[in-house]
Amino acid sequence: MRELSLHLLDIAENSISAGASRIEIVLSEDSALDLLQMSIIDNGKGMSKEMIAQVTDPFITSRTTRKVGLGIPLLKAAAEDCNGSLNITSEPGIGTELTVKFQRSHIDRMPIGDLVSTIINLIICNPLIHWIFSYHYNEKNAIFDDEPVKQALGDFPLTEPEILTCIRSMVEETIQEVNPHFSQDIVTIYNQPLRR
Amino acid sequence: MPGIKSLEDLKKAREEALKKRELKAASGTAQVIVGMGTCGIAAGARDAMKAILETIETDAISGVIVTQTGCIGLCEKEPIVQVVIGEQPKVTYGKVTPEVARRIMKEHVTGGKVVESNKINL
Repeated sequence: MRELSLHLLDIAENSISAGASRIEIVLSEDSALDLLQMSIIDNGKGMSKEMIAQVTDPFITSRTTRKVGLGIPLLKAAAEDCNGSLNITSEPGIGTELTVKFQRSHIDRMPIGDLVSTIINLIICNPLIHWIFSYHYNEKNAIFDDEPVKQALGDFPLTEPEILTCIRSMVEETIQEVNPHFSQDIVTIYNQPLRR
Repeated sequence: MPGIKSLEDLKKAREEALKKRELKAASGTAQVIVGMGTCGIAAGARDAMKAILETIETDAISGVIVTQTGCIGLCEKEPIVQVVIGEQPKVTYGKVTPEVARRIMKEHVTGGKVVESNKINL
């Protein structure tokens, strides 16, 4: 996977499978510390100590269609290649918190990528989950909490065209508010030649 | 947090959508399911999803439910998109590029005609 936001989509899938009703995503960029950090915090069914120890092993998964799980090991390897780390803390019945850290300026550090698409995707496809996205960029931060949006909509579906447009612009505004230079295009251009 | 102004915009959008919905309440609901396991995401499922949502916006397609599912064991065929319209049997599509996703939305979901080139026979 070529984007951190694709990994985010993938890791959040684990929280959804764990039956979470509330999932919080925290993305932080700190240029002084040269750190890019992402956390996914859920209130799903949690994992035992043994399961946490096993979960970064590519040969363990809770899925039944195949016996090999690759999402977490892939992200862990990507972080470790960039002087970073991946940590999981979890308690059965309480929830799980996964944090991944990268040296932000590392040449191999993947771009954040199309973050807006990932967040829209998660919110629209999982309307019963309460999503909170917070973005910290140096000393600034902004939060998009989808609860007020859902309250305003009542039981009206999120997939209606007018609503989609509205939610997309809200998520975009949240990111722009903190980091006006955040641009999917720049990330894409910078990503292309590296792979050719 | 979403500002008051954007929430007002949202409520307005809801009212507009409600009016339009009443006009074509007769049309059956369609469900579009995108495979979002690690295999699907790595193969480009998010781009397929993006194309689906954008087509809903640009073509103003109402009454579609979009959801995601995990790995269904057909990783080599990812990105996979499934379409269920009303009481009709589920149609499964494989190798769904953004272009194919747009065709599925226009030809199948809106037009009722299955996109045979990407259909998988399970």
